[in-house]
Amino acid sequence: MLIFEKSRPGRGCDLLPASDVEIYLPEEKDKREQPLHLPELSEGELSRHYTELAKKSHGVNDGFYPLGSCTMKYNPKINEDMASLPGFTEIHPLQPEHTVQGCLEIIGEIENSLCEITGMDRMTLQPAAGAHGEFTGLLLIKAYHESRSDEKRTKILVPDSAHGTNPASAAMAGYKVVSIPSAPDGGVDIEKLREAAGDDVAGLMLTNPNTVGLFDKNILEITDIIHECGGLCYYDGANLNAVMGTVRPGDMGFDVIHLNLHKTFSTPHGGGGPGSGPVGCKEMLSDFLPSYLVEGEETLHLEKPANSIGEMKSFYGNFLVVVKALTYIKTLGREGIPEASRNAVLNANYMMNKLKDLYPMAYDEICMHEFVMSLADLKKKTGISAMDIAKGLLDDGIHPPTMYFPLIVDEALMVEPTETESKETLDDAIAVFRKLYELAETDPEKLHQAPVTTPVTRLDEVNAARHPHLRYAF
Amino acid sequence: MGSYVPNTLEERKKMLQEIGYSSIEDLFAHIPEEVKLKGELNIPNGKSEFEVRREMEQIAEKNQVFKTIFRGAGAYRHFIPAMVKNVTSKENLLTAYTPYQAEISQGILQSIFEYQTMICDLTGMDVSNASVYDGATAAAEGVAMCQERKKHKALISGTVPPYVLEVVETYCFGNGMELEVIPEKDGLTDKEYLKEHIDAQTACVYIQHPNYYGNLEDAEEIGKIAHEVGAKYVMGVNPISLGVIKTPAEYGADVAVGEGQPLGLSLGFGGPYLGFMASKEAMMRKLPGRIVGETVDHNGKTGYVLTLQAREQHIRREKASSNICSNQALCALAVGVYLATMGNEGVRQAAILSMSKAHYFAEKLEEIGLTVCNQAEFFHEFVTRSEVDSDKILRALEEEGILGGYPLDEHHILWCCTEVNTKEEMDQAVHILREVQGC
Repeated sequence: MLIFEKSRPGRGCDLLPASDVEIYLPEEKDKREQPLHLPELSEGELSRHYTELAKKSHGVNDGFYPLGSCTMKYNPKINEDMASLPGFTEIHPLQPEHTVQGCLEIIGEIENSLCEITGMDRMTLQPAAGAHGEFTGLLLIKAYHESRSDEKRTKILVPDSAHGTNPASAAMAGYKVVSIPSAPDGGVDIEKLREAAGDDVAGLMLTNPNTVGLFDKNILEITDIIHECGGLCYYDGANLNAVMGTVRPGDMGFDVIHLNLHKTFSTPHGGGGPGSGPVGCKEMLSDFLPSYLVEGEETLHLEKPANSIGEMKSFYGNFLVVVKALTYIKTLGREGIPEASRNAVLNANYMMNKLKDLYPMAYDEICMHEFVMSLADLKKKTGISAMDIAKGLLDDGIHPPTMYFPLIVDEALMVEPTETESKETLDDAIAVFRKLYELAETDPEKLHQAPVTTPVTRLDEVNAARHPHLRYAF
Repeated sequence: MGSYVPNTLEERKKMLQEIGYSSIEDLFAHIPEEVKLKGELNIPNGKSEFEVRREMEQIAEKNQVFKTIFRGAGAYRHFIPAMVKNVTSKENLLTAYTPYQAEISQGILQSIFEYQTMICDLTGMDVSNASVYDGATAAAEGVAMCQERKKHKALISGTVPPYVLEVVETYCFGNGMELEVIPEKDGLTDKEYLKEHIDAQTACVYIQHPNYYGNLEDAEEIGKIAHEVGAKYVMGVNPISLGVIKTPAEYGADVAVGEGQPLGLSLGFGGPYLGFMASKEAMMRKLPGRIVGETVDHNGKTGYVLTLQAREQHIRREKASSNICSNQALCALAVGVYLATMGNEGVRQAAILSMSKAHYFAEKLEEIGLTVCNQAEFFHEFVTRSEVDSDKILRALEEEGILGGYPLDEHHILWCCTEVNTKEEMDQAVHILREVQGC
């Protein structure tokens, strides 16, 4: 039941004192006429309402969450505690610099650590999410070419396996998007890349490991081809959790990158945000970075880069998310950060190997932190789709893998276990996956009906889009 | 060193053996040697929870927490009911991803549907999205969504906060929208200039209300000027003000956006905040970002899903209305809880108290020789002019643990009061400043 349906006129909570000054109201011409319809509930009723909503939600803490490309690792408690310190939460973003030395230290310190982990020279914490980081990075590329009066570069190359935000961000930055086909091995088709590379190319956007979970061994050749034609290389950090301490984007030839602190650095996803998408770059781009950078040794201060692209959002980014990520980096440190990546890769390979006799892998080779299965054959044989298997998992308390992505694999399920899952959890999940495969063969109808144990069954999305009902009608 | 990897070294070895490898290195063997990192990462060693806590607390202590704040300028200290933190700490909600799997995400989806309803109610608009990054990006997206095939000009008021203008400029760098700033006149949007410069190519007019200086604009008139030439009217509004001030819908806006931070989010050195975006029904399909809709399941039971996704990047790729791929879901939850807990009376009270206290404080500051520059009606922010240096005024307050207003220049300060500022605090500030002013 919606909170509005529980509302009763006259109920509520006693929250604010009476005014200790004379009441001042706006003139009639500016006074609100339309009455408010906010909920009126007692505190107890409110509390129950939200407990009920929480029960109808599934987080990492509710069970295994192998959502490919999203790195649903455990969200440590200490991070939350640290981001709740009044010394951070009660700080106004426009306080004088000498009163926010702690905040500047946080920003400066995480910049150093993230630059070291990624092989970059400078980093801005301002972008609020991955897509926001992509947009920022592309504007850096644009500013770089413009500063060299190299204005014929109108294209951004994006592999056809890329996440939808890549082309969308390139378009927002005013670029024409050229899709580069993948080679049969899932990597970038080098010949096609050579054909596309020219003096009209501003840059290439790439993840490595790529979106099928494989490390592209031609990476140095790829970034060389782009550099030779005068373009820059953009690294989408969505998959960084596979390679920390092993490979650094900066050493692979990337000039600008974004990270997702809400994936790789353990900050909670919050049901879809807030995230944080810092953007790092090599020295030659650092003058164009947005917002302010922290400078100074003893006394820290904020300095706007000389040829900054401007502001991407207000203030200095999702600061409290950054506090959580720094807490994580401090906890894991020099040894723990690589250990996390190595175990993410181990867990993924373990699961892949224990499933591949039943579920065909899109690419049957050593994977990185995630792998992609194709259910095309199963669907042909039994009518059971990737979606059906996904919905079947729900009844076993497992969050499904990413479905139907990347687009280059038919009936794709992309599995990313992360390093924070135990062997038993993986074994249990493997058993469930195997059970569902058998069910697909023996009783497909049952799977078409799944899920049956959830608060609602499959929802009519077509109806929702055709007859949009987007708010409660009072 | 802390670690969140549960498997012991023994267990890892066993897992490797089971799948036919002898060490984890085997799994990285195919990565070309020339790109591999030589040696270790040069970052500090990992630490125990005890040590990390101590270190972080020491850093936090280097910040000054002001007991009293008279500074707004885009980020506001308001009262936050205990319910907000309690709900946003619930792990099922905190640790969930985007609600793509609707069957196990009904709680989050419903909370967004409720949020959308409350934003529509506050603003008087028909449709709200699930939120964007913050107020400034909401403004930028609000301007961008008005672009049409033959309308590529946006007129934006010079009375919006400078950082909002900068973000709109950044977003327009690539999207083909041409920006023109309407100059400020006496703290308000220059309507004469607007009338002269608006034309058939104008996609939209954007103002903020109350504006950067706290003033209420002639918002209805500006809307009429926009609509006369067929331009859209986008208003950035302070959500608390809507407890007592006319809604953007009542002023005639087509799109309403704003910074949601005042609705239950802490100052947090600037984030995470939330940008709300709402529009009239006619512009529903131009709204960027996530939207939740109501539907039914196979058994006819009511449920909620992400909807109208044909606008979004994962379907449309480079043709999407925006690249945004997330919302500030947990912040939207906080806003929903805040509005539900405060209720009609609480929100109205917060608005009236903020406005009343600002007027009391302004009057008291005038009594000790500062000049209040606002000639128009103001809400909870106002600008003073003093012969005394802004710096000197603010330092005197800072010494007593008070964060004064935001210095606009050597002699002008932008002050803010909210319901949390007591008469006692204001009188104390006036007392300190009486001496500084030398009267």
